[in-house]
Amino acid sequence: MAHYFDIIIRSIFLENLPLSFFLGMCTFLAISKQAKTAMGLGAAVLFIQVITVPINNLILTYVLKPGALAWAGQPDLDLSFLGLLTYIAIIAAVVQILEMVLDRFLPALYNTLGIFLPLLTVNCAIFGGTLFMVERDYTFGESVAYGFGSGAGFFLAVVCLGGIRERLEYANPPKGLRGLGLTFISAGLMAMAFMGLAGIEL
Amino acid sequence: MAETKTELLSRSIFKRNPIALLVLGICSALAVTGQMTSALVMSICVTLVVAFSSLTISIVRHHIPSTVRIGLQIIVIATMVILVDQVLKAFYFDLSKQLSIYVGLIITNCIVMGRAEGFAMSNPPIPSFIDGIGNGLGYGFVLLSVSFVRELFGSGSLFGVEVLPLTTNGGWYIRNGMLILPASAFFLIALLIWLLRSIDPSQQEKN
Repeated sequence: MAHYFDIIIRSIFLENLPLSFFLGMCTFLAISKQAKTAMGLGAAVLFIQVITVPINNLILTYVLKPGALAWAGQPDLDLSFLGLLTYIAIIAAVVQILEMVLDRFLPALYNTLGIFLPLLTVNCAIFGGTLFMVERDYTFGESVAYGFGSGAGFFLAVVCLGGIRERLEYANPPKGLRGLGLTFISAGLMAMAFMGLAGIEL
Repeated sequence: MAETKTELLSRSIFKRNPIALLVLGICSALAVTGQMTSALVMSICVTLVVAFSSLTISIVRHHIPSTVRIGLQIIVIATMVILVDQVLKAFYFDLSKQLSIYVGLIITNCIVMGRAEGFAMSNPPIPSFIDGIGNGLGYGFVLLSVSFVRELFGSGSLFGVEVLPLTTNGGWYIRNGMLILPASAFFLIALLIWLLRSIDPSQQEKN
């Protein structure tokens, strides 16, 4: 149990996707002008991350790994080169299905997350989560924990940045720094704060 | 075409730099800038992928139904990235280990999608190809400038060759540990954006 907890804490704080791996930067910067919309985006990322990372883990274990197709009578087949193409297709499909399901059964949630869902197909945080799962050889249980942790990390970071940027509206920076430049500096300071938690052992 | 081919190439590097002005493709831009070698390889990979995927999409643009265009573009891009990834793994294994997941992440790099959707879908093959190269170079320009500072002052070397002798090796230069941390990349890009926007005030954001 402690092992899973460790993965969750690590992926929320130390290996925070936007702040230490710079993943999902584009949406991170574009949709953090207000804390409220940032929260919607963060929730959508968390939601999709929890679903896609474990699904891609299953696909990897039972279809793509060398020898994974032994259950289908093809023990020599190695499809790992198709990985990138498969994962992105799975993510796109999950996003699409999720959008339809939410629209049908949970319209309130759909209205909150709706506009962000299609954007997230090409979000590197989602894709990066899957690729890290593959690179680190997580088991199914670990990948559930990692999906949750990395999604929660994104949620936390984007909501914090949204809050900071709301306040920055009242600041009066040099002209060239206005907007994007200042956002980068605040994100950098946040990254340093998150680094401060390095060294925590569970 | 209103613009000549040289203009097409040069405007993407400074005037319409994909990272500094259009805020595209920042994800990977920051992550691989700890060392110049990885930044250079990454820029080459991205340039190749943008150029060839723009070319391919532009060639088949009249046959793509607009309802499924995003899916098709992703498939073209993913195929290009798989090619690059396999070549790297086969011939430069160490480099591909170093870049780890970031080569795969070129698929979701918004520059590639942005150029495919914004330029290649509505322009003939040759200009699309040049536009792709221009954007790749613009991306590479930012990547190399950031990694130059980070590697020179963070580890005292350039392309892995020691330039400033470190105190740990008996030299005089005390390395700046902050520049190795991810946070420093944020600050450097902010400064670079500040510089580019001061040179060209039309890029500044309005209140």
